[in-house]
Amino acid sequence: MKTLKIKLDRSKCTSLGICESIAPEYFEVDDQGQLAVLREDVPEEMRALAEQAVAGCPTGALSLESE
Amino acid sequence: MYPEHILVVGASLAGLRAVEAARRAGFGGRITLVGDEARLPYDRPPLSKEFLDPASAPVPFFPGVEDLGARLGVELRLGQAARRLDLVARTVDLEADRIAYDALLIATGVTARQLPGAHGLAGVHTLRTADDAIAVRAALDGGGPVVVIGAGFIGSEVASAARQRGLEVTILETLPTPLVRSVGAQAGLALSALHARHGTTLRCSVGVEALEGGQRVEAVRLQDGSRIAARTVIVGIGASPATRWLEGSGLTLDNGVVCDDSLSAAQQVWAAGDVARWHSPDFDQLLRLEHWTNAAEQGAHAVRNMLQPEQTMAYHHIPYFWSDWYGQRIQFVGLPVGDPVLVAGDWNADAFTAMYRQGDRFIGALTLNRRADIMKYRALIARRAGWDEGLALAATRNTARAA
Repeated sequence: MKTLKIKLDRSKCTSLGICESIAPEYFEVDDQGQLAVLREDVPEEMRALAEQAVAGCPTGALSLESE
Repeated sequence: MYPEHILVVGASLAGLRAVEAARRAGFGGRITLVGDEARLPYDRPPLSKEFLDPASAPVPFFPGVEDLGARLGVELRLGQAARRLDLVARTVDLEADRIAYDALLIATGVTARQLPGAHGLAGVHTLRTADDAIAVRAALDGGGPVVVIGAGFIGSEVASAARQRGLEVTILETLPTPLVRSVGAQAGLALSALHARHGTTLRCSVGVEALEGGQRVEAVRLQDGSRIAARTVIVGIGASPATRWLEGSGLTLDNGVVCDDSLSAAQQVWAAGDVARWHSPDFDQLLRLEHWTNAAEQGAHAVRNMLQPEQTMAYHHIPYFWSDWYGQRIQFVGLPVGDPVLVAGDWNADAFTAMYRQGDRFIGALTLNRRADIMKYRALIARRAGWDEGLALAATRNTARAA
């Protein structure tokens, strides 16, 4: 079975932090001002939240991929 | 009543997210998206930021809009402004024809205010649309001096872009302190000090008497009689809700389309984005925001309620905006009530955090170059934390940074 994973494009991310606000269990802007993805795997029950975080990113830096 | 035809008027972020949310929710009926600009939906924040750099970046269209009509089954009516709404007949008039709807989403946004008397003078610009931004960028390509009228966020971002090209830039502000309504006096002073630190001249408490020039602007004349030479003038004096087409419709218009907490403005009529003034359940007052995050979330939320009329949900949202000046990141969450208390850094430094209170409630936070902190404050505000809890978080954050 394929797992859904969060992908971060660091060239687009400017650490606006909206993803952290939506899904703090997955994202945190660290003390250096860089976005950290705390865990990549998205189980089915977290899918809606992860999609919301992806849609909430103003710079289009986040995506979900099946691997 | 479950709608068969959803009409979305306004094809920017809120309108686009509404259409996407309708299809994601399984809505199989007809959707029409009307926009007054000819372009497909594009993103606005970059227009006053990196888009103005000399490299000539393309218009920042939202991902996937090139086949929006076919992919989501949306009838696109671009380049056509709505002219009139009839709530009883449930129709919207465009310039040439009339569209009947079952449910309507109003997402017409705001229009940049123009400087009275500046009409028709070349070299004078506002910045709201992609066309505006293309014109401003071309103007900056032609060199300075640049005069920015209004020291708000858009004016400051444009000043920053012009200054980073090495141009001579002057910002004129009528108020003694910029950004008072957005962040309070002391914080406004602290943020606007960034201009001087990066070589931009900021003049406050000055009124513009007139723009001088024949066909093209040559100078700005101030009320004290002095004159500032200008090759380009950018007018950044705010924006007004685009509600003229709704006058006489019966909707309540008062600094935007007034909505209840579910974003409903009338039976089968909803509003979202910069044009919507809704009753915020988080702050128990009417709010109208010109923020990216709010537009995106409101568009989706309004459509969800539209499709679940028996179980509408209140729109909860803690305001968030950001602004980038001279490579410095300004972020704000909550409401700017009164003057804030500095809890980290220094008002004169390139990094600080300030907190706002309303009685015992911690209600807002402003940061300069504190990207790690801002959303942690937002979470507290969302759960109506007390002032002491806010201070405790500030202490924790200061310790984390010192570690």
